[in-house]
Amino acid sequence: MTTAIRNYLVFLWRCAKIAFVGDWRYYAWMGFLSIIFLFGLNAYCKQFVNGLIVTGMSDEVSWGVYISNFTFLVGVAAAAVMLVIPVYIYRNEELHDLVIFGELLAVAAIIMCLLFVTVDLGRPDRFWHLIPGIGQFNFPASMLSWDVLVLNGYLLLNVHICGYLLYSRYHNRKPSKWFYIPFVFVAIAWAVSIHTVTAFLYVGLGGRPFWNSSIVGPRFLASAFTAGPSLIILALQVIRKVTLYRISDKALLTLRSIVQVSMIINVFLLLNELFKEFYTHSAHAASARYLFLGLHGHHALVPWIWTAIAFNLVAMVLLVLPLSRSLKWLNLTCVLSIIGIWIEKGMGMVIPGFTPTTLGEMIEYQPSTNETLVCLGIWAFGLLCYTIFLRMAVPILQGRLAFANEGGRQGPAVALADSHT
Amino acid sequence: MDEFLQKYYKEMTPEDMRKVIERISKQVEQQYGQRPHLRDLKPMHGVEFVYALNLTRCIGCRKCVHACVQENNQSRSPEIQYIRVLRMPHGSFDVEKSEHNYNPEKVPEKGFFYMPVQCQQCRNPPCVKVCPVHATWQDADGITVIDYDWCIGCRYCMAACPYGARHFNFTKPGIPKERLNLEMAYLGNRPRKKGVTEKCHFCIQRTRDGRYPACVEVCPAGARKFGNILDPESEVSKILSTKRVFIQLKDELGTEPRFYYYFDV
Repeated sequence: MTTAIRNYLVFLWRCAKIAFVGDWRYYAWMGFLSIIFLFGLNAYCKQFVNGLIVTGMSDEVSWGVYISNFTFLVGVAAAAVMLVIPVYIYRNEELHDLVIFGELLAVAAIIMCLLFVTVDLGRPDRFWHLIPGIGQFNFPASMLSWDVLVLNGYLLLNVHICGYLLYSRYHNRKPSKWFYIPFVFVAIAWAVSIHTVTAFLYVGLGGRPFWNSSIVGPRFLASAFTAGPSLIILALQVIRKVTLYRISDKALLTLRSIVQVSMIINVFLLLNELFKEFYTHSAHAASARYLFLGLHGHHALVPWIWTAIAFNLVAMVLLVLPLSRSLKWLNLTCVLSIIGIWIEKGMGMVIPGFTPTTLGEMIEYQPSTNETLVCLGIWAFGLLCYTIFLRMAVPILQGRLAFANEGGRQGPAVALADSHT
Repeated sequence: MDEFLQKYYKEMTPEDMRKVIERISKQVEQQYGQRPHLRDLKPMHGVEFVYALNLTRCIGCRKCVHACVQENNQSRSPEIQYIRVLRMPHGSFDVEKSEHNYNPEKVPEKGFFYMPVQCQQCRNPPCVKVCPVHATWQDADGITVIDYDWCIGCRYCMAACPYGARHFNFTKPGIPKERLNLEMAYLGNRPRKKGVTEKCHFCIQRTRDGRYPACVEVCPAGARKFGNILDPESEVSKILSTKRVFIQLKDELGTEPRFYYYFDV
């Protein structure tokens, strides 16, 4: 027992150590992210002291770019299942070893989600009121209490799966199926649930017709399964480039077909929504008119949403064409999809829900510089986490960081060998 | 530290409450230089408050808005107001056609009517349903209250409210010392802190003590009526049983407001 604990602690220690070692590109990248993170932290300190007045939010538009990013990132986290499903349900061998990269991305995305919600709180010091058992948890009535449960649950599930698989590989043991396969299947359903619950957060509000629409849930899933795998396609190529880890083009193309189908569904659902809003032309379409056309001389979001739609449409056309089988074009498509969906389901989803206000007033929202810095800080922190996770995971998967070469001269040798890759 | 660990309102014993009231009174005294008369007023037995507002009479003078700010210790800087008066074109009940920032020499103006909107004290309040920490709830007398010391400031209630009734303290509220109303209730008008929501609570520091809300008292047109719906002899009961048409704002949402708009017809 004590040796098991000792071995585990040594494993953690070695992982932590390797996170601080790399070649110059690694240091440059991590340094760059750390600087942005520190700017964000500084901006958050200002917000903590002065209150949310340093943001662009108001009584009228009471959620802004924090909750927009949160919504987008829940989707990214949920999209990890798009790697898991082909492997564990359809026995796809190409993706088998890549699942872990998707799940680590999910972990990083959930960390970012939790940070985005935390920075949005007016009283972060009272977060303990949310802890079931200690605080007063309004479950099941409040969808936010559901979100707290499913997001933290999803985080734990993925941390367990990744941690267990990596630790088994570290020991060069075959992972025991009972310790992770059930969790993998739970995580698949759970991934869908995190994004559905996040959609219900909006859908459940009868006073906001723009959100109170049953298409929001399906649209969230479709856009998540477009943007998430797009992000994974890009991440995998970076991993392939900076490490010697083998990732086949075929794996990337499998992900391409997922993005392809999801994007078509996403655009189709968008069309459904546009038709309903604009053909009916009811009073409830005011928010949609504000978003797409501008309303009563206010049109802050119009250029954004049309950029998003243009990006999504171009990406869809590229995805349908064989052209996007070439990685150069596929990467362009992925970038377009990610940006398009980030706009569409972030600001394009949250802000029009508040504009015009429930009492018909036109108040526009614009994120402040401080707010933007906090967002950049959280993104930098998330990327920092993901990079560290990969820095630990790749050598373990390659067998270079293993129980067998623990201690002695081999430890530093591993690090040295790696810095030349 | 006591403040950080303060218990949830409904879990406090009378002794806990006494201590909390003592602590808050001291804080107010330190900050504003005067000792408040702070009480924890409970709902009265056999009372359910409703509000009736006569749209034929309202002249849009906004006296209610300012009386409310003064009574309820609302922040003057930045400005928080519980009542919003909408100027509506004749014949329309569409809030999207309303003007919030009307500013003529004289009210009322020809061709318009005025509709003050504040917390509608719903029987089925969406804000209570969505609050993740039970920081807001509907009391036995029908008033939806907020424990300002329990709210985490997530603003989900503001997204849920169909009436724009909820307001947020984006920073430390600014109230001039000499304007502080010292007659305070725990769930009512005691000074709020940065980062929590607040809204109209039918002036519980007055109404749970047998007085009218400030907006009712100040209205020069007699447009505002308030009372106990469970008492058949009350003015509001009479109005609701004799007037022909009422409007509950956005009743299609199923919120069932305790706030009724009526006309002199």
